[in-house]
Amino acid sequence: MDNKLTVEKIKECDKTLLLDIQDALANCMKCGNCMAVCPIFKELGVETGVARGKLSLIEGVLKGVIPLSDNFEKSMGLCLSCKACAANCPCGVPADELIIRGRQAIVKAHGLSPVKKKVFALLKNRPLFDLALRTAGIFGPISMKKLPRPMAVVSRFPMPGMDKKRVLTPFAAVPLRKQYPETIKINNAKFKIAFFTGCTINYAYTDVGKAVINVLKENNIEIVMPKMQHCCGTPVFTSGDIESGKAFARHNIQTFERYNVDYIIAACGSCTEALKYEYPKMFKDDPSMKIRAEKIAEKTYEISEFLVDIVKFRKDNLGTLNATVTMHDPCHMVRGIKVTQQPREIVKSIPGIIFKEMKEPARCCGSGGSFSLAHYDISRKINDRKVADIKSTNADIVVTSCGTCRMHITDGLVQNKIDNVEVMHVIQLLDKAYQAGKSNH
Amino acid sequence: MQNNIIINTLTQIVGPGHILSDLESLYSYSYDASPGHQHLPTAVVFPADTQEISQILSFANIHKIPVYTRGSGTNLSAGTCPVKGGIVLVTTRLNKILEIDEENLVVVVEPGVIVADLNKTVAPLGLIYPPDPGTVATATLGGTVSENAGGLRGLKYGVSKHYVMGMEVVLASGDIMTCGGKNVKDVSGYDMTKLFTGAEGTLGIITKLILKIVPAPEAKKSMMAVFKNLDDAGNTVSDIIANKIIPATLEIMDNATIRTVEDYAKVGLPLEAEAVLLIEVDGNPIVVEQEAKKVFSVLKKNNAFSVEVAKTQADVDKLWAARRAALPALAKLRPTTYCEDATVPRSKVPVFLHAVSDIAKKYNVTIGTFGHAGDGNMHPTLVCDLRDKEEMQRIHKAMDEIFRTALKLGGTLSGEHGIGLGKLQWMHIQHGPVGMKTMKAIKQALDPNLILNPGKLVGEC
Repeated sequence: MDNKLTVEKIKECDKTLLLDIQDALANCMKCGNCMAVCPIFKELGVETGVARGKLSLIEGVLKGVIPLSDNFEKSMGLCLSCKACAANCPCGVPADELIIRGRQAIVKAHGLSPVKKKVFALLKNRPLFDLALRTAGIFGPISMKKLPRPMAVVSRFPMPGMDKKRVLTPFAAVPLRKQYPETIKINNAKFKIAFFTGCTINYAYTDVGKAVINVLKENNIEIVMPKMQHCCGTPVFTSGDIESGKAFARHNIQTFERYNVDYIIAACGSCTEALKYEYPKMFKDDPSMKIRAEKIAEKTYEISEFLVDIVKFRKDNLGTLNATVTMHDPCHMVRGIKVTQQPREIVKSIPGIIFKEMKEPARCCGSGGSFSLAHYDISRKINDRKVADIKSTNADIVVTSCGTCRMHITDGLVQNKIDNVEVMHVIQLLDKAYQAGKSNH
Repeated sequence: MQNNIIINTLTQIVGPGHILSDLESLYSYSYDASPGHQHLPTAVVFPADTQEISQILSFANIHKIPVYTRGSGTNLSAGTCPVKGGIVLVTTRLNKILEIDEENLVVVVEPGVIVADLNKTVAPLGLIYPPDPGTVATATLGGTVSENAGGLRGLKYGVSKHYVMGMEVVLASGDIMTCGGKNVKDVSGYDMTKLFTGAEGTLGIITKLILKIVPAPEAKKSMMAVFKNLDDAGNTVSDIIANKIIPATLEIMDNATIRTVEDYAKVGLPLEAEAVLLIEVDGNPIVVEQEAKKVFSVLKKNNAFSVEVAKTQADVDKLWAARRAALPALAKLRPTTYCEDATVPRSKVPVFLHAVSDIAKKYNVTIGTFGHAGDGNMHPTLVCDLRDKEEMQRIHKAMDEIFRTALKLGGTLSGEHGIGLGKLQWMHIQHGPVGMKTMKAIKQALDPNLILNPGKLVGEC
């Protein structure tokens, strides 16, 4: 790697790469308040692991003192994008976004890592991606061993870059969107919505997708699942590959524009955040795309938010579920789209449920998308804290609103040998309550 | 001495996992929370215990390598910036609460314990460790004791030095010394405990602390008063004390701060107000009620334009929101923020606030002042852009005049942040040639090779 790349060279290749964030960087007082809330700093205890240190390194690059080195890249990589630093910053510095800019600088200067390059290339090719994951679903049982809990498998063979004992989600034999017609008709529908399934729900956690569809049907809502929809682009974008991120955004905007729906729904904090906040931001220099992105953004809601704020979901036909439930707030729900009360309202409305708040429900579980792939050891330690908090509530079920969190927490429970706690999406619990309501009649 | 020899020796002492020497790491320990000071060290070490620290200092002392002790690096006077290169010694691995002695109301802790963690630990016992700097959630006890940090409760509860009863210190030579103890009364020998408290890491490295803890107040009452006239606010402060009431907190915000806070946080402050006072009395519930009533009548007598008394916890939070927003709101105005802590006798608070406001106009710079009116500890906060050289010249002139004004009023350069490098240039004015000579003599006696945080607090020796 060329360690001699300095600010002079960056300026030559792209003047706007980091320079335009100089003011935002200067606003960081280096007060260190981010240290109190950064999950990674808590484990590593070094300045390069916390927002203050990372922002100072970016400043160092701009001053020409720090090269775009392997260590710089490593430091930028040590971030879960959990946004705790930004939420706790007295000066309102969007450190999480600035760190992504740091990653962009790396991508621009050195290109993506070979692994990411391959994965992203696959991700960008929608038909090939679809085929690959469907194939994985079909051959899954051969390569994966099922664990005695729903939607949990471990690899039978060593996989590159993956800890062997790590618990994963099986790929679906048939993806969600293949299991249903594109439009699920409802007579006298209250609303018509488009369901942005996201990759995890379409290819792995189809149980969540089914629950979402059941619950929407229960509330008289017509559902379209646009066939051509694709990954929201968050993994690519947060890795610093902004151009690919934009390509995903453009594709999804074009796809959803074709459908005349009242709302667009996603059942994942990160997907919702992408459609609602990231897409319009991505096109800040492209006015016509920006307007189109904003139109999509206006219509987009996270499922719990939609059910509570817009639909005023049905409560009269909910059956009783006897369980103690606790909730983990995914980072992109609590600090991204700021939806925390609505999922709680849903859980608390179910008869028989005892809701018990854990100590720090909004603390990151350590998954951080691909972070846990690259840094499984650190993400495990962060996860252990989360699992301990879950355990101390004595809950039977932990609900959350993000597939990656669900997978990571499941892994944490298995690694900590806690077998009696189930992990599911908030909407799955609601679906169960509706089902229970039916069987009672 | 060659850097690789230093790094090899240190690695042998602390073990390979506890030393950093790559450029990026060194750069990340080249600063603290004070703007404008940055310098690369040679190595950053994270020792595990007193013995390792002793070994590091013996080695550094023989080879005359500078050592800068640091906790979380949240200090505001460049006290931990490694100006002369050398070793940054981070104490965060020494993070155990060793003993909670309820009978003597004393805790024994290692220096790397976070202040808020100590409070979380003793809270269930109905106890508190009162010094509460703005950074309690991150700052370490070793750091706050070394900087003699204060906080909002300073008026009634004092600052760090009032809670340090004893300590273990590693001297520059590597020798380990203990001083003080659990005794409430202890007049044996020079007060070494006080000497090392607030020494900013220039005399030794604290490796263990014996700290006093106190019963948590049973009740609290908060109120906020708005004044159209600054002098009325000043008279209120004196009158409250004259009425034999010592509030836990007595905070003031000037007009510039009020305007900024209102613009940013929209908490409902009147923009034309010259001052806002935030008052909290605490203690026994009956006494708290009586005191709150008395404070209320003092406020009325001194023409408070409006008074809001908190009835619920939500009200309290609302009142405090304004005070908490003061620094962030000012900091958001411009990229660079100097939060100073010049302190004056409390009777001089209004004179000082008027003076700062005039200084801001004179040099055409933005200064908002808020702070602890009850103990005279003011925070003139200068916001600017470090990258604008011309503006920085005006800022430095304004800062110079602010500190000189505070000293003229019988004040001090620092109420709670420490001197470090930031306020070094005015030290001789406050302490005079004899004072400075005496302090330097102490430094030279304890650290003859001048390896401990060199150039700070008392300057070059």
